[in-house]
Amino acid sequence: MTTEHSQNPSAPSGLRAFALKLLPWCFFALFAIEVIVVFAPKSDKPGFKTREFGALPVLLNGRIQPFDSVGLNSLLQIRSTSDVPLEEIPSWQFWHHAKKIKSTDWLMEVMFKPQAADERPIFLIHHPDLLAELKLGDTGVEKSGLRYYTFNQLKPLMTEIWDQAGQAYQVDEKQRSPLQKQVVKLQNALFLYENLKVAVVPPFFDNFAAQYKDFEKTIGPGLAAIELQQVHKAYDTNALDKFWVPVSAAFEFSTNQYAGRYYPMVVPPPDPNQNRDNWGNIGRGLLDVASEKNRGYQPVRNYATMATAFSADDTAEFNKALVEYKSWLQQKFAPEVKKGNEEFFFNDTKPFLHATIMYIFAFVLAAFSLLTFSALPNLSESLRKSSCYIVILAGVVHTFGLIFRMYLEGRPPVTNLYSSAIFIGWGAMILGLVLERIYRVGIGVAVASLAGFVTLLIAHNLALGGDTMEMMRAVLDTNFWLATHVVVVTLGYASTFVAGLLAIIYVFLGVFTPLLSQKPTARTSAALSATVGLVAGPKAGIHMASQLSGQGSQVELGKSLGKMVYGIVCFATLFSFVGTVLGGIWADQSWGRFWGWDPKENGALIIVLWNAIILHARWGGMIRERGLMAMAIFGNIVTSFSWFGVNMLGVGLHSYGFMDAAFWWLIAFDVSQVLLIILTVIPTRYWHSFKRDERTIPTAVAA
Amino acid sequence: MNKLIKILTSLRLTVVCLCFGIALVFIGTIAQVDEGLYQAQNRYFRSLLVFWSPTGSHLHIPIFPGGYLVGGLLLANLIAAHISRFKLTKNKIGILLAHFGLILLFIGQFATDIFSHESAMRLNEGESKNYSEAFRETELAIVDTSDTNTDRVIAVSESLLAEKKTIQSDKLPVTINVKNFWPNANLFRTPAIATNIPQGTILPKDLGVTGGDLDGYCVMPQPLVTDTEHRNIPAALVEFLDGDKSLGTYLLTAALDANQTLDINGKPYEVALRFEREYYPFSLTLLKATHEKYKGTDVPKNFASRIRLENPEKHEARETVIYMNNPLRYAGLTFFQYQMDPLEMSRATSDAGWSTFQVVRNPSWLTPYLACVLVALGLIIQFMMHLLNFATKRRNVPANAKSQKGNDAKKQNVKATQEVTLS
Repeated sequence: MTTEHSQNPSAPSGLRAFALKLLPWCFFALFAIEVIVVFAPKSDKPGFKTREFGALPVLLNGRIQPFDSVGLNSLLQIRSTSDVPLEEIPSWQFWHHAKKIKSTDWLMEVMFKPQAADERPIFLIHHPDLLAELKLGDTGVEKSGLRYYTFNQLKPLMTEIWDQAGQAYQVDEKQRSPLQKQVVKLQNALFLYENLKVAVVPPFFDNFAAQYKDFEKTIGPGLAAIELQQVHKAYDTNALDKFWVPVSAAFEFSTNQYAGRYYPMVVPPPDPNQNRDNWGNIGRGLLDVASEKNRGYQPVRNYATMATAFSADDTAEFNKALVEYKSWLQQKFAPEVKKGNEEFFFNDTKPFLHATIMYIFAFVLAAFSLLTFSALPNLSESLRKSSCYIVILAGVVHTFGLIFRMYLEGRPPVTNLYSSAIFIGWGAMILGLVLERIYRVGIGVAVASLAGFVTLLIAHNLALGGDTMEMMRAVLDTNFWLATHVVVVTLGYASTFVAGLLAIIYVFLGVFTPLLSQKPTARTSAALSATVGLVAGPKAGIHMASQLSGQGSQVELGKSLGKMVYGIVCFATLFSFVGTVLGGIWADQSWGRFWGWDPKENGALIIVLWNAIILHARWGGMIRERGLMAMAIFGNIVTSFSWFGVNMLGVGLHSYGFMDAAFWWLIAFDVSQVLLIILTVIPTRYWHSFKRDERTIPTAVAA
Repeated sequence: MNKLIKILTSLRLTVVCLCFGIALVFIGTIAQVDEGLYQAQNRYFRSLLVFWSPTGSHLHIPIFPGGYLVGGLLLANLIAAHISRFKLTKNKIGILLAHFGLILLFIGQFATDIFSHESAMRLNEGESKNYSEAFRETELAIVDTSDTNTDRVIAVSESLLAEKKTIQSDKLPVTINVKNFWPNANLFRTPAIATNIPQGTILPKDLGVTGGDLDGYCVMPQPLVTDTEHRNIPAALVEFLDGDKSLGTYLLTAALDANQTLDINGKPYEVALRFEREYYPFSLTLLKATHEKYKGTDVPKNFASRIRLENPEKHEARETVIYMNNPLRYAGLTFFQYQMDPLEMSRATSDAGWSTFQVVRNPSWLTPYLACVLVALGLIIQFMMHLLNFATKRRNVPANAKSQKGNDAKKQNVKATQEVTLS
């Protein structure tokens, strides 16, 4: 075996060596430029100041957020995308950027120019039975097999959709058929859309600016008339009527129960010092305008101007009102304005999307590096480094996103399922990079990039449910336990997944390539000696390099992987145990019982038990390297059950709600893991990596 | 005997027990969907064996070890292994600490299962109580109200009532003839329109109530509920007898808050079917209940109760606030703020304020805290030692690669056998 290594391809010629050395830096520069462009401060182009508008704070879902988040989360719920494409480009033409409307622009259109918004194909219907039932046929825009319809196309069908949804609501959520779920989803989307239209322009006004001005004029005479009426004196009935019609409509609308749930409350509290949460809808705003204390309340006037100016394409008027409102807001609601600006920045930069792209790219490079690791060692090392640099860059962006979210929410990293996905990916990325730092063979970086990519993809899909920064219910409202229990237990999930991923790499490399039984080549020895040099001083490094030259190092890749998995399982045991017990202690603090056999608790317990089984089986010599790998892969099933499976059971205090699409993904994932385990336990003579060993043994015995 | 000890202390037993444990937890979790948390918990985790009864038969076939058996065996294995191989060395300190913590956790949870007791106390604003009520178990209470300062209560437990027999005792002022008992039932006034009476309803004429306030009510037996969110509301049809003389047939239900009056030989008594009560030497008064929601949502933001605690024996009277994640610990009891569901919330905000406390008596509540610290410390020490070993090995091996190779291999062998004995 060692003789093979002495035949390593000779060192590449000068130019090639230089090119290979430069390659990682080229990749790094490419992505670094993209990151800089994305994060560079931007301002509005000439025309409507839509970015400024998008950052305006409003209250929805119990929290202050910018208009942009309202638009983004609504669009995700309605169309499952974060913007509306204006042209259809086949997905294979990925270099061709389709023109699209961003979330804020779309929301402005819905609120101020509904006639135009009604013509946008945004309602996603993909159930064939529902399409047939509604007789929609081939109308609507098709993209990648999905069909989108405009509001105007669906408008004549509203009664039917409401009827069907009404029937579906009578069935318990868990028992609804796919068709019923789709109807409910469509009805919800339509309802949300219709509600957004009245967020700024009251339903009883069409030309807001003009009617607002009229309304303002009627307040004085109207109130005077009322005063006279109350003391039974003659009064101007005409003035009273003119005032009373809009004011009673505003009063009725001000108590609308969907404000703050389906559409944002846009009018800030007139008395912020008394109650900062007391935002209201535009109906409440009109009442504020008429009240003695806040006569002509500025936000309403500014909104009225903006609404009408936008629908009349009057850029100057719109921008003027916007600037006026913003400077007024800045004086009284500085923290809210800051929050709006910051969250807008976060939405606009989309750090997790950019990290996802970099992760997948890095993974492809890492995979190539692993596959070429003995055939083309120099290219492999160059690719490994490239992948490493990109993962580090992606990791920085990922970390930025994570920390910025924490800052926006004022919370520890994990508060719901969405953020747990982001945090698991982050933990796996860090662990992978640490492994790469120690072993420098491309495995750590492969794990880091794959885990980062997959978890961010999962997070993206979880975000389709709506706002991911929702407020915490009372029992969860404790940063101490969120920071300790939730973080530690999530790190436990992350490390169990990393162990499983390493095991998967082991199986793939072992069964399909000869790499597992190979010892690291000259370049890893060089890297190793460089590490030693770094840690123990240059002398030891040089000494080691001279020791290693020509002989290779002693540890086979398979053995290294074995050690990695073992080490990670140790970590996983520690984190999952401590995290689980901390959870019990939290439960003891809030419900008075340490352990209640709740599904989520049991899920965490199963992970602890499984890790303990792996360690004890290993210590007792019941399993060896492949057994360890098979068990680590099973750990993926165990962890996925605990992370997602228990939520699908729909019982217990912890469950986040039933997710069907996710259910089938979970089943598919578990089946794939079982297949991998089967692959792990097939006899080594079928393993590409160990074939030769099997053959040499009989000859040795014969000799 | 030696063989038995060998098995009892073996790592193989540990792994087997852990495997059974993991399977049990998994099955017990899935079973909660159909059986409900409470029942599944008793069947799978708080049992020695899990039984299976084929539908339609009365057989109980043990099919799987229960939580107590698996946990007990694991504990025995853990303790036995440590006794037989106990050696206090520097290398083992981490493993020892971790396992000692585990033993503590096991014993503590076992103690909790046996000794802990949960009940609830519901207070309206301004109301005082010196007792809490059980979540599930009910009792028939006969209250002697003749003394103005203290009520004397004699209680008959639900299990006795369920036998539907005549109950006689020296302690009871009357003989109780249980004519019928429904573990879960709705009571309602007979509707004016006969077609509105649901099927299966027992009508007043078939009940034959002659005393109390519930004459004219119908009984609608309900299926038993098993989930944690609902509870069974039992009802009973009971005749009270003084010797052979009937004092009246009463309809009793745990749904009724008020007691019904019963006259025994001119002495006034009150009777009620109610959730079992536990009385304390102190009382709590609810001064103010706060339930806040986030603006524009149904998401609860805050639950808090301002209460006054009075203990006349100890001359203690103080005010305190109980809120989520901040319980009151007093006299070996812990009072937790109970969080209401949205339906309860909507009622609570419209009515005058009220609050529910979960009252827990758990003498071993501290053990998990201690166990957690011990295990975490143990694991950290152990893994840190591994890591340091690994790092120093990496640093040393290459430098002396040739000369020490044989030695290293030997060392590794020794290490391996040591590790086997560790757990």
